[in-house]
Amino acid sequence: MLLRHTPKEITERKALTVNPAKTCQPIGAMYASLGIHGCLPHSHGSQGCYAYHRSALTRHYKEPVMAASSSFTEGASVFGGQANLLQAIDNIFTVYEPDIIAIHTTCLSETIGDDITQILGKARAEGRVPEGKYAFHANTPSYVGSHVTGFANMTKAMVDCFATSNGHKSKRINLIPGWVEPSDMKEIKRIAGELGVDTIVFPDTENVLNGPQTGKFSMYPKGGVTIDELKDTGNSRGTIAMGRLASGPAALALDASCKVPCQILDLPIGLQATDRFVDALRKMAGVTVPDSLNLERGKMLDIITDMQAYFYHKKVALVGDPDQLEALTEFLVAINMMPIHVLTGTKDKAFEKRIKELTADLPHKVNVKSGGDMMLFHQWVKNDPVDLLIGNTYVKYIARDEDIPFIRHGFPILDRIGHSYFPTVGYQGGIRLLEKILEALMDRQDRDSSEIEFELVM
Amino acid sequence: MGGISILKEREKQIYQKGTQPFDMSCEKKSLAGSISQRACVFCGSRVVLYPIADALHLIHGPIGCASYTWDIRGALSSGPQLHRMSFSTDLQEQDIIFGGEKKLYNALVTLIDKYSPNAAFIYATCIVGIIGDDIDSVCRRVSKEKGIPVLPVHSEGFKGTKKDGYKAACDAMAKLVGTGPTEGISPLSLNIMGEFNIAGEAWTIREYYERMGLEVVSVFTGDGRVDNIKRSHGAALNVVQCSGSMMHLAETMNEKYGIPYKRVSYFGLEDMSKALYDVAEHFEGSPEVMEKAQVLVREEINAIYPTLKRYKEKLRGKKAAIYVGGAFKAFSMIKALKSLGMDVVLAGSQTGNSDDYKLLRNMCDDGTVIVDDANPLELSKYSIEKGVELFIGGVKERPIAYKLGIGFCDHNHERKLSLAGYSGMLNFAREVYSSVTSPVWQFAPARKSS
Repeated sequence: MLLRHTPKEITERKALTVNPAKTCQPIGAMYASLGIHGCLPHSHGSQGCYAYHRSALTRHYKEPVMAASSSFTEGASVFGGQANLLQAIDNIFTVYEPDIIAIHTTCLSETIGDDITQILGKARAEGRVPEGKYAFHANTPSYVGSHVTGFANMTKAMVDCFATSNGHKSKRINLIPGWVEPSDMKEIKRIAGELGVDTIVFPDTENVLNGPQTGKFSMYPKGGVTIDELKDTGNSRGTIAMGRLASGPAALALDASCKVPCQILDLPIGLQATDRFVDALRKMAGVTVPDSLNLERGKMLDIITDMQAYFYHKKVALVGDPDQLEALTEFLVAINMMPIHVLTGTKDKAFEKRIKELTADLPHKVNVKSGGDMMLFHQWVKNDPVDLLIGNTYVKYIARDEDIPFIRHGFPILDRIGHSYFPTVGYQGGIRLLEKILEALMDRQDRDSSEIEFELVM
Repeated sequence: MGGISILKEREKQIYQKGTQPFDMSCEKKSLAGSISQRACVFCGSRVVLYPIADALHLIHGPIGCASYTWDIRGALSSGPQLHRMSFSTDLQEQDIIFGGEKKLYNALVTLIDKYSPNAAFIYATCIVGIIGDDIDSVCRRVSKEKGIPVLPVHSEGFKGTKKDGYKAACDAMAKLVGTGPTEGISPLSLNIMGEFNIAGEAWTIREYYERMGLEVVSVFTGDGRVDNIKRSHGAALNVVQCSGSMMHLAETMNEKYGIPYKRVSYFGLEDMSKALYDVAEHFEGSPEVMEKAQVLVREEINAIYPTLKRYKEKLRGKKAAIYVGGAFKAFSMIKALKSLGMDVVLAGSQTGNSDDYKLLRNMCDDGTVIVDDANPLELSKYSIEKGVELFIGGVKERPIAYKLGIGFCDHNHERKLSLAGYSGMLNFAREVYSSVTSPVWQFAPARKSS
């Protein structure tokens, strides 16, 4: 038992997190920054931070992840990081030639009190930011919130720094996809394309973190939202933010600063959430849903119908980020499964309320926790076993110890390849999720059935 | 691809053998704004100490530092698995304002009561150094109350490079050394240092020494145990691999206990055999050790040589690049690649010192590019210019090599097979061969055009 040190009885822990179900803000900011074309993320802190973030993102996406660091030393930590950041800006624009530097802070620079707005003002005044190039920042202290907060803060910073309004609203619609895979961002764009809606998607990591092999190493791959598009978000007719926590703040900021009305929806995972997304997009853009999309929806519904008998009241435990879990929980309930343990590492009261509402009618006790950790999740599973686990790679310890089927979903996935190429959003993504769920359950049935019971046709 | 600019300040950290006078600059702090492949002090301490499997490892700081280092290294334990858990004080804004000492105390007491570890290591992260938590006094207090060693590791990220983290880890372990009984330890004994048991490598090496009639008192730190470290000063010799991480402890033990040390490498046939012979020489008063070493080397090489030869025929003349953490590792790798008939055309490290680079230069052929603390642009530029067909590096280098259409072998945390010892050399040859000759490269755009 790898986690033999996890006791079954649950005791309250105040001072201690064991096996985290979250990580810190800066990595989320880095991932969001990579969704801007020609952008080099910059970590204003010591070297370890960005080395860890780059390694973690590389392990998940299997792509080169470029970022720079202020490389804090003891001197910088005593006298402030201004000199380091100014030198970094010089060096970055000279050698790596990005169009834009997206700076995020760290626990270190936040605690010593570096004022990035002031430092960037100085850099601009001194001509360190070349004509036509940009540097902007988000505050992402590691001791507040989680990686999701960091993603949200950087996405909001894109709005705060770039969105402008010329007083005329275009026909375009802003889509903020939240922290999802590059393949999910692609699928969201495809769905909008099917509806014939002109969109700006930000951040957009498609073709940045799921790129082709070209024979060249490119610092700035093809994908990403452009600065011009980011500026233009202020002129869009509306915004659809997917994910209350990851995308909500940016959408609200755009509404406040440029009067772009927004709708904050769930991530379009599962049938209902995708329906709501398509419907919101249709209404906002004043278009009709094309047959092609209805066809996709019909197929997903058909597959659920074929599968529902196998799903009936199967118990599921899921752990991950709040936006993902809310959508997933609704989906699981809709296909007649029972999500009975739902835990996120990110603190968020509304999350607990929402999950309780979604699972209110289940004929089973449901555990919900925000700000929890993997140890508590494991303890729940020990006390009330399930048929299926859904979560990131770290859940594999629990899956092995408790011998429970496991589907990888969320961030990070460190031990499989392919997740960044296939979506789980939209109807197509939903079909893929359904296939994964049923396959996990049936593989288990095949494995566990006796020779006598072993069936060819299931 | 040829046109990348190099930061002026970095010019002296890149050297091409045969073209310039050798005046390599290194051990510099990375420039702010450069995309270095380096990490921090905490990272250095964490990788060195974490394989000690029956100790508690508590990270005092915001959650990230614990999340990113949760069981990432694959350091195997034959017994306890406590080191594979991730414990953090998960500091919040309130703690930053009012201090985290109380939280640290409570976390420590809770954990020690729950798991009864044989020792506890408390890692200070950046923020702890800034808010001024006195972790030393918390550790002293808990140690007294609980009766186990509770050791602060001063690994604040900004206080230097990964190397300084190795030193902080050594300092913490030095406090354990010398506190256990040494009765019954054979005069023919040693400690294995700088071997982390990734993919079970320490087990291979331990078995070799035991076959030579030597007693292994403690491994630092692969499959490590607190009690073994406590009595490790009873060993007759310290054998140090990966010198960057453990030399400091070896030197401390030399000063304090008069234990001599030898630097070795277990990678490649040449260095592996040299390591065993060097150790045997140390015990020259017992000639049977050398005799057994000779038998062992002969047997092991005979067992793998025919297969190795087949790989060599296929790999002859292929070009390789090496970019690793410590320079010492690069030396062995160059020898091993040469023994496979390959040419090393690019070599570099994150943390080498000037002696390392001099040695590296002497080992390399003319035209070989040598880099210190390189960035991805530099690595890819020279890889393409030099026609590299195999890149050896760590997690951040792998996707770069693959994008270029170059074979890759991980010689760092993500190695999947043991690469140490004789069996390890065979694994290495197989991995190099499979990557370099993969049919996928025939479709790679870079290879097609060349």
